[in-house]
Amino acid sequence: MNKENVLRVSDITMQFGGVVAVNNFSMEVNKGEIIGLIGPNGAGKTTAFNCITGVYAPTNGQIEFDGNVIISNYPKRKMAKIYKGENMGKYNRVIAPTPDKITKLGIARTFQNIRLFSQLSVFDNVLIAKHLHAKQNVFSATFRINHKEEKRMREETMALLEEQGLEKYKDDVSTSLPYGLQRRLEIARALATNPSLLLLDEPAAGMNPQESDELMEFIGQIRDKYNLSIFLIEHHMQLVMGICERIYVLDHGIKIAEGNPSEIQSNHKVIEAYLGVDE
Amino acid sequence: MTKQKKWLLSCIVIAVFLALVYFLEGIIPSYSNWSMLFTVLEKGSIYALVAVSMNLVNGFTGLFSLGQAGFMLIGAYAYAVFTIPVAQRAAVYQYFDGGLIQFTIPVFFAILLAGIVAAIFAFLIGLPVLRLKSDYLAIATLGFAEIIRAIFQWNALGPITNGSNLLRKFATYQSALFPIIACGICIAIICLLINSSYGRAFKAIREDEIAAEAMGINLFKHKQLSFVISSFFAGIGGALLAMFQTTIQASAFKAAMTYEFLLIVVIGGMGSITGSIIASFLFIACREWWLRFLDSELYIGDFQVPLLRAGFRNVVFSVVIMIIVLFYRKGIMGTREFSWNGLLRWFKNLPGNIRSIPGRLKRKNKKEAQINE
Amino acid sequence: MDFVRDNLPYILAGISVGGQYALIAIGYTMVYGILRLINFAHGDMFMIAGLMGVYAVTWMPLYLAIPFVIIFTVILGFAIERVAYKPLRSAPRMSVMISAIGVSYLLQNLALYITGGLTKTYPSIPWISNTVKVFGATTKVVTLITPVLTIALVVALVLLINHTKMGMAMRAVSRDFETARLMGIKIDSVISLTFIIGSFLAAVGSILYFSNYTGVMPTAGAMPGLKAFVAAVFGGIGSIPGAVIGAFIIGICENIIKGVGWTTFSDAFTFALLIVILIVKPTGLFGEKNIDKV
Repeated sequence: MNKENVLRVSDITMQFGGVVAVNNFSMEVNKGEIIGLIGPNGAGKTTAFNCITGVYAPTNGQIEFDGNVIISNYPKRKMAKIYKGENMGKYNRVIAPTPDKITKLGIARTFQNIRLFSQLSVFDNVLIAKHLHAKQNVFSATFRINHKEEKRMREETMALLEEQGLEKYKDDVSTSLPYGLQRRLEIARALATNPSLLLLDEPAAGMNPQESDELMEFIGQIRDKYNLSIFLIEHHMQLVMGICERIYVLDHGIKIAEGNPSEIQSNHKVIEAYLGVDE
Repeated sequence: MTKQKKWLLSCIVIAVFLALVYFLEGIIPSYSNWSMLFTVLEKGSIYALVAVSMNLVNGFTGLFSLGQAGFMLIGAYAYAVFTIPVAQRAAVYQYFDGGLIQFTIPVFFAILLAGIVAAIFAFLIGLPVLRLKSDYLAIATLGFAEIIRAIFQWNALGPITNGSNLLRKFATYQSALFPIIACGICIAIICLLINSSYGRAFKAIREDEIAAEAMGINLFKHKQLSFVISSFFAGIGGALLAMFQTTIQASAFKAAMTYEFLLIVVIGGMGSITGSIIASFLFIACREWWLRFLDSELYIGDFQVPLLRAGFRNVVFSVVIMIIVLFYRKGIMGTREFSWNGLLRWFKNLPGNIRSIPGRLKRKNKKEAQINE
Repeated sequence: MDFVRDNLPYILAGISVGGQYALIAIGYTMVYGILRLINFAHGDMFMIAGLMGVYAVTWMPLYLAIPFVIIFTVILGFAIERVAYKPLRSAPRMSVMISAIGVSYLLQNLALYITGGLTKTYPSIPWISNTVKVFGATTKVVTLITPVLTIALVVALVLLINHTKMGMAMRAVSRDFETARLMGIKIDSVISLTFIIGSFLAAVGSILYFSNYTGVMPTAGAMPGLKAFVAAVFGGIGSIPGAVIGAFIIGICENIIKGVGWTTFSDAFTFALLIVILIVKPTGLFGEKNIDKV
């Protein structure tokens, strides 16, 4: 394969006290791919997401983005004693940026239980995401010295809303939108940060089959339009199998399978994890 | 209304207001009961500035900070120390051999300096404290305000701060227009900030820290920014308050003062600048002026009206505050702001609203009765 | 050893004040544990209890006056909760906090009105106001009683919370307000009880405190209240043992600072100590860490 690597996760372990939420998880996302992460509830999918986006510093392991190491850690002091994951001693650097730095690098995300800026308007929700790349400081912004920059941000926001079909709701309070549109707004907001990799945490949760079909189509569209790579967690098997090129399966924090949809569908371990084993 | 028209209207209203203040100042003698009007205008605008600055942190950025009195104190002292005329210093610093500083700086720069010194303190305090969450942040900022107060009362710093003694004879202003215009400009700057990209980032932090961070907003940097800017204006407010009072003493800047501003901010509406301004003027007018009659004994013929004596004003005032707090949960303005269109609509709906009050009260009682069942 | 001997009066005073702060701090920490409310009015309740003590002895004999003060304070605490906090149960947290500030304001102004701004002298209570000598240091009996009484009351309170049905309800409510309500716990009576216990302890605290520092004025509650609150935060707000330990540490430290001759900084030092603790352990000594779920 000569595809360009966008994200490479190596041996990530996340341990909370004695609980190992993610154990020695490795994966990669290539440019332009749509990758799925599935697994039963509590398998550690969201924890893996949180490690990639800098919400948690992983206990051990390393994450590269566009060829640069962006996150790296190894167990220290007390953690070194109770560490139950694997690959101890393989990493010896600490790079633990906060989530905003990760976003700045070009990884945007949505949340499992929608986190919109609830009292603000739809327009402001997206406009806020433009703040990140705005070329202004607090003085020039306050005294309106760089008028064009603000205008550009507003125009881009408007364009994004129009494209997502949200323009008629632009002055509504964000949480007054119907559920499906709130999800869409969250994606629009993530897109406004100009990402090259988009992480979607259960984008189809709570949607009916028709809505999730639409979403499937929509995810494909934004991938092509914005030249994105997409990594998503999802329970809707139909959606995952329909759009993902490769799928990783987590169970109890451990990667039990990876491969293309048909391989996953016929994988025994996956079926056992979801349906249980006949004794 | 078009944008230009609104601008024009606003400018005219402001100009007329200022002219009116100037005119009234000329004709109302200082012994008249109406001279309280100027106290209200001056103190009210200073309170409005500090309340708005507090709203920036508490209402717009969602940080529960209770350090305002401390930053005002820094501002008041920074201003006073540098504007006491050199000739008067021997009298003011009588226990400290005339003090250490033997020069003055112009009033404008002294006010600016007041803000800057307060901002520097806020920056240093913010470094450790802003990582704390909600109530822990509140008590830590309150603690810092108390520490600042103790430091300024420290005898060893007497040559600069005059220890726990009064500072007086520093430069003050002549006309009520001075604090009104100064505070107006400062509040306008805060408004501009809040409506800028940075203001939106502050609101995002208030709404959801985790989502804000995921949108690339550096939490610490933005919290620090909001905290420092708020303190800058609180410092200026402190300087203006010093000018208004003509004397200052560190022991007056207690936690109770911060609570007062918090009260104003919440009564006006967390996250509404208009609300903070309205609440400040009402607060001052009510306490200093309208209720003043309650403090003096009143006889109707031979009958002495009961309860009326010194101190009763404040009791009634606190009861009024309690009633407002209990019945206007979201404050006077909620998170709304003043706009000409809003004002027009309000006037149009006023007759209808007044007529519907009995109905609304009835409904409210009914609803509460149902809940209690 | 010299240090201890020289500073014995201060250490004794510290332990005693610490105990009095502890009694107030429990009120703060319990209310916070259940309502997530900083009850700004609690210090003023303490002041009102003191003021009531001054007036009660002029109306009735001492053996009646003490229970009267306690009962009065308890009723006041109960009434304040019903009038000022209960109607705001569904309102944003900040509104309730402001209501507390309003009550504090009202109580102070009421006290100012009644006393006319004069400092009232607390009556001396026989025996506990007597002076005694301990290891060569002169002190009042109250200094010695306070820690004992405090510990006894705290033990009783902890037993109540851990071993009675009402105590279990309180623990449940402090864990999860809504779930406790759904499980059929009468939230309002639990909250009332919390305020009753808090007021009772504050009243006891006021008798001990003002027997020692006899000046009662409208702002007399502000500083002890703030200190007690600091103690509660210091120990990890919501934790009763934390509040008590925090209160003793703060009481002792503040008096040693006074003993060293840094009286100006005794209050400031308390806050400095608090800030250091919060920076090292952001939820206080015994506070629970809460993790934001993403």
